[in-house]
Amino acid sequence: MPPFPERLADPHERFVAGFSAPLLDPDRATPTSVAARGGGPADRRYAVYRNNVTTSLADALAGIFPAVRRLVGEEFFSGMAIAFARAHPPRSRLLFEYGEDFPAYIASFEPARDLPYLADVARIERAWLDAYHAADAEPLAAQALAMIPPDDLAASVFRPHPALRILRSRFAAFSIFAANREEGSPPAPIRGDVPEETILTRPGLSVTTRVLPPGAATFLLTLVAGEPLETAIGAGFIDTAEFDPAAAIALMLETGAFTAIDGHGTPPQQVTGIAT
Amino acid sequence: MSDQTPVRSHHRLRFPNHSVAGRAGASFKPEHLSAIAAETAFEGFFEVHAENHMGAGGAPHAALAAIRQRFPVSLHGVTMSIGGPQRLDPAHLARFAALVERYEPALVSEHLAWSTHDDVFLSDLLPLPYTRETLDHVCAHVSQVQEAIGRPILMENPATYVLFPESTCAETDFIREMARRTGCGLLLDVNNVFVSATNHGFRAIDYLMDFPLEHVGEIHLAGHDEQFDDEGRPLLIDTHDRAVADPVWALYDTVIRQCGPIPTLVEWDNDVPDWSVLRDEARAAQHILDRHADHYLLGKRHAALS
Repeated sequence: MPPFPERLADPHERFVAGFSAPLLDPDRATPTSVAARGGGPADRRYAVYRNNVTTSLADALAGIFPAVRRLVGEEFFSGMAIAFARAHPPRSRLLFEYGEDFPAYIASFEPARDLPYLADVARIERAWLDAYHAADAEPLAAQALAMIPPDDLAASVFRPHPALRILRSRFAAFSIFAANREEGSPPAPIRGDVPEETILTRPGLSVTTRVLPPGAATFLLTLVAGEPLETAIGAGFIDTAEFDPAAAIALMLETGAFTAIDGHGTPPQQVTGIAT
Repeated sequence: MSDQTPVRSHHRLRFPNHSVAGRAGASFKPEHLSAIAAETAFEGFFEVHAENHMGAGGAPHAALAAIRQRFPVSLHGVTMSIGGPQRLDPAHLARFAALVERYEPALVSEHLAWSTHDDVFLSDLLPLPYTRETLDHVCAHVSQVQEAIGRPILMENPATYVLFPESTCAETDFIREMARRTGCGLLLDVNNVFVSATNHGFRAIDYLMDFPLEHVGEIHLAGHDEQFDDEGRPLLIDTHDRAVADPVWALYDTVIRQCGPIPTLVEWDNDVPDWSVLRDEARAAQHILDRHADHYLLGKRHAALS
């Protein structure tokens, strides 16, 4: 192995490597490649780029995680976001994809340890933006199930909508998310230690979020895994005796969680009407 | 001027073939969508940042399709990292080409800047020294983008805050050579010229006199912030968060008087005001375009600045 990668022999490569390193590392000095006119110090000038990079990443996170920001306050959020951006800069050029590992970072962020639900609220917010940008698809019509011959219903397999997201939390993450997503009057006190499961869908252009009744997350996730309806209903009951399959099926149709029914006896037109 | 062909002639148009000639436009902001839908008198165009519409589906595509149906659209790429040494990201290039194909924009542009190092996206338009090596990389990248989309792009001059002693030529010479070698057009950002001129102590008008104006296919105007450098001299920041400054309007007027009505876009990306405020900025630009339109008719389109 050469002492350094061969491409660093290229002056352009060497310049970019030197200019990049201090952008996200405040302890590093201004690169030696830069100058002010007349050859004076250029620290404040280079700091414009440091500031542009950290501010644009922190602003992107503030836009993606508004409920988290509201819960911790602007100053706390900004400090946490900048620390995250320095440790985990984006790998994608699309900033709306940024922050996939922000919830995990929050979970291990010592100053936020008194807010154990915060990471799960962040997971819902990240999923919200994924659903917002997901591919367009026509949700399953409410009557679609009625068109399946009764004998084939149990074996039916459902195709998930590209925007469908289901999240489980040991905390009341949905209630906390819903109460803090929009600016407004302070929410009524929420009991945080009640487990909640959240569904996000996007039947049209607007993202819909709802808290799921007992067993419904297991039911839906079993369907998403490609198991037939019968198996999913069984999984719901194994999860909890409170599981209500009729309510879960109604909810899955109302929210537009699936786009098509595959499997035994499926009329072909059920499969072809999907926008891509 | 490099007249960009709006669409390749052999394929069927999905959208009306609106002309952008002689028009002034504004950045498209999603929060303005309903105000724009209610707009009856605006005859300008809209510029979108390509990356905001690179998701699979949803509202960003619906909004862009609605805007494109009624107005000419300029597709402005921000994160291609053309000014970097590493090869362009094929996935990003494919996404960019797909947007050009899908929305048939009147104008397509990118930046003389870089934003990615290794696989880290640095989310800023970073500057480069002007040397033979950087010119080779930039030209290869511009050509690659033009090949991918099947038409020329407009390359934008940067606003910069530092200088590089290793540079071996002036920015205007670098840009002229880039245009010559790749056949690309240019997007002249007049605010960037003013910002860089102030920051580096040269006269904006001198820069414009050296600039290959004959290749300019679009002009940008925007607002800037004023800070101070290490020695207490003004350091202007290209913030896009306020109205266009008076000296930038004056420079713009000079350029249009000499060059004729080049499509002009007012950018506003932070602290975005109501649509009516942004529309009035675009109208102010339109007024200047219209006032000098007769020069164009009299054939003075490409006169040198004096």
